[in-house]
Amino acid sequence: MSDASWLTKFPQMDRSDLLSIKKTLDGGFREFSRSYGDYIESFFDPLLYFLVWLEKLLLQSPWWLVIIVVTAIVFSATRSWKLCLSVVFAFLVIGYFGMWDNTMRTLSIITVCTLLSIALGIPIGILMARSDRMQSFVTPILDIMQTMPAFVYLIPVVMLLGIGKVPGVIAVIIYAIPPVIRLTNLGIRLVDKEVLEAATAFGASRSQRLWGVQLPLAMPTIMAGINQTIMMALAMVVIASMIGVKGLGQPVLKSITNQYFTLGLFNGLAIVALAIIFDRVSQAYAKRSQRHMGGNQHG
Amino acid sequence: MADPLIQIEGLYKIFGDDPLSVVPLVKEGKSKDDILAETGHAVGLKDINLSIHRGKIYVIMGLSGSGKSTLIRHFNRLIDPTQGRIMVDGVDVMTLSQDELEQFRRHKMSMVFQRFGLMPHHTVLENVAYGLTIQKVEKTAREKKATEWLETVGLGGYEKQYPSQLSGGQQQRVGLARALCTDAEILLMDEAFSALDPLIRSEMQDQLIELQEKLHKTIIFITHDLDEALRLGDRIAILKDGELVQEGAPEEILLSPKTDYVEAFVKDVNRARALTVETVMKPAACRITETTIGKALEQMKTFSGDYGYHISDDGYQGIILQETLETAVKEDANTEICEKQYEDVSSISPESVIEEVIPETLDTEYPLPVVNEEGDLQGQLSRASLAQVLGGPHSI
Repeated sequence: MSDASWLTKFPQMDRSDLLSIKKTLDGGFREFSRSYGDYIESFFDPLLYFLVWLEKLLLQSPWWLVIIVVTAIVFSATRSWKLCLSVVFAFLVIGYFGMWDNTMRTLSIITVCTLLSIALGIPIGILMARSDRMQSFVTPILDIMQTMPAFVYLIPVVMLLGIGKVPGVIAVIIYAIPPVIRLTNLGIRLVDKEVLEAATAFGASRSQRLWGVQLPLAMPTIMAGINQTIMMALAMVVIASMIGVKGLGQPVLKSITNQYFTLGLFNGLAIVALAIIFDRVSQAYAKRSQRHMGGNQHG
Repeated sequence: MADPLIQIEGLYKIFGDDPLSVVPLVKEGKSKDDILAETGHAVGLKDINLSIHRGKIYVIMGLSGSGKSTLIRHFNRLIDPTQGRIMVDGVDVMTLSQDELEQFRRHKMSMVFQRFGLMPHHTVLENVAYGLTIQKVEKTAREKKATEWLETVGLGGYEKQYPSQLSGGQQQRVGLARALCTDAEILLMDEAFSALDPLIRSEMQDQLIELQEKLHKTIIFITHDLDEALRLGDRIAILKDGELVQEGAPEEILLSPKTDYVEAFVKDVNRARALTVETVMKPAACRITETTIGKALEQMKTFSGDYGYHISDDGYQGIILQETLETAVKEDANTEICEKQYEDVSSISPESVIEEVIPETLDTEYPLPVVNEEGDLQGQLSRASLAQVLGGPHSI
C-alpha cells in the first residue's frame, strides 16, 4: 500500500475515459438526430399545424369576441357570475396594458399542452392503477421528470427538433404531465372497493367498470391533477420561451437579461392572472360536477 | 328431495403467495395459527361442503374473521377458491370463461352489500336499474322496471334523489331493489342488515320475509347475528375460523348445538321467540277415536292420563276429561260424544312462536292440542315441555 491517495482523494475515473464516454454519447445522439430528426419533426407536424391554427384563431379574432367566448366557457363550467366578471376584468386590464397578443399566444399553447397532458396522462394513470408492476415502473420516471432541471431535457429536444413551438410544447408537457398521471392513478386506487365489487357482482365488464364506476368516482382526484398540470404548464412558460415559444414568457426573459423590472412584473402578473382563472374555473367545475358524491360512502 | 341448486364441495381458500403448497398442511390438520407462523399464509376457508336448495333462505353465520364474507364471494367468484368445486344449477362455476362469468353474474345471481355499495354519482333510479344497464337493456324498459321495484321496497317517489340524500335503511332498500331488479334466481346478501340500527334492521327482516313469500328466491344470507339467522333462515350454517362447525335447521342448531362454540352462541338467544310450537310439541298420546261415550271411556282408561283428544274422520274435535265421560256414561253409554262434553280449551297452531302460546299453555291444566290448518291433530304442548325448552340447552 504505497499509494494511499485514494483515501483522501476520491478515486476518479480517468479523464480521457470520461471524455470518450461523453463524446460517444453526444456523437451517437447527434448522429441519431441527424438521421431521424426529420422523421420525428414530420411526426409532430400535425401538432404544429394545430398550434399555429389555434394561435392564429385567437390572435385574429376581435378581442371582444375572445372575451365573450372565454366568459361563456367560464360561465357554462362554473355558473358563477362573480367569476365571469373577474375574468372579463382581468382580460380588459391585460389588453389595456398592451399584453393582449402575448396573452393569446400563451393561452393557445397552455390549452394545447393541457389537452395533450390529459390525453396522454389519464390513460397512463389508468394503466398504472391496473397493475402494481406498471406503477413501480412509471413512478420513478415521473420522479425524474419532475426533478430533472428543465434545461437538461431541453437540450436533446432542441437537438432533435430545433427551436420553436413543438419542442416548447414537449418540454412543457414533460414538466407538467406528472400530476395528472399520479392523481389519476391515486384516484382510481381510492375508489370505494365495495362499489367496485358491486359493479363486478352485477356482471360489469372491465370497460363498464372503468367508464361507469372507476373514472366517475376518481374524477375529483383526477380534476385536482388536471388543475395541478395547468398550473405547472403556466409556470413552464418562461423557460419554454428560451427555446422560442412566443408568449408572455418572452418579455419576462427579456426583462431578466435587460433588468426591466416593470416589464417583467406586468407580464408576470398576466401569467398569474391566467393561472388564477384556470385554477378557479377548473376547481369550480370539478366541485359542481361532483356535488352528489360527498358523504355517501359510510351512510 | 330435488337436487340442490347450489353445491359446494371441498372448498379451500388460502391467502398468500403460494396457496396451493399450503393445502396439504391444512388437510393434515395443522391449526390456522401454526400455518400462519410457518408459511406466512392465512387460511380463509377449510373444507367447506354445503348444499343449498331452491327457494330457501340459507343463512351462513359466524363472527368477524370466520370467513363468512370470503365464502359468499365464492358463489359468484368475486374470490376464486384455492381448491374445491362450486356447482350452481348443474354448472361448475370454476369452468366459466370471463365472458360466461359476466353473463352468469348478470342473470343468475345478484348481491346486496353490507355498506350498500351504491353508486354515489347515480340517482336512486339509475342505481336500481344498474344491473339492467350492464345488461344493455333499453332505457325506458329498465327505468320502468326499476320504478316498480323501487315501489315494492317502499321507496316510490325517491327516484331522482341521490344515495347520499337517503338514510341508511333507505339506502339498503335501494340496494335490495337493485338486486331484485335483475330477476336473478339467487340473491347473495352479505351482512345486508348489519350496518342498520336495530329497529330498521327488524323492519328490513320483515320486508325480506314478506318479499320471499312472494318471490321464492334462493337467498344466501350472511350475518353475525344469531337472532337474525334464526328469524330468517330455513337452514343455518355456522362458520368458525373458516370451518363449518354445524349446519342444520334453526331449531336443530338451537336445541342440539354440536360444539361448545355453537352452544355459547345459542345461550343468549330468546328461545321463546326463536322456536315454533312445532319444534317443541310432543306427539299426542291420548287420541280417542271411538264415537260413543262408553267405548271412549274404555279407550281412555288404557291411557295414563285422565284426558283425551277426540278425533273423528273430520280431524280434531275437542279435548275430553275422563270425569266428564264417567258422568255421561251413567246416563247412556251408547250416545255419541257431542259438543257439550268438550272442555273449553283452544287449540294452537304448529307455526306459532312459543312466546305467543305461553299464557294459554300455563292457564290450562292439560297439554294444549296442536292443530294444523287442515284441522288435524299434530301433537300436544304441555307446560313441562315448555319449561324444558325455555330452561336452556342443558335441560334437553
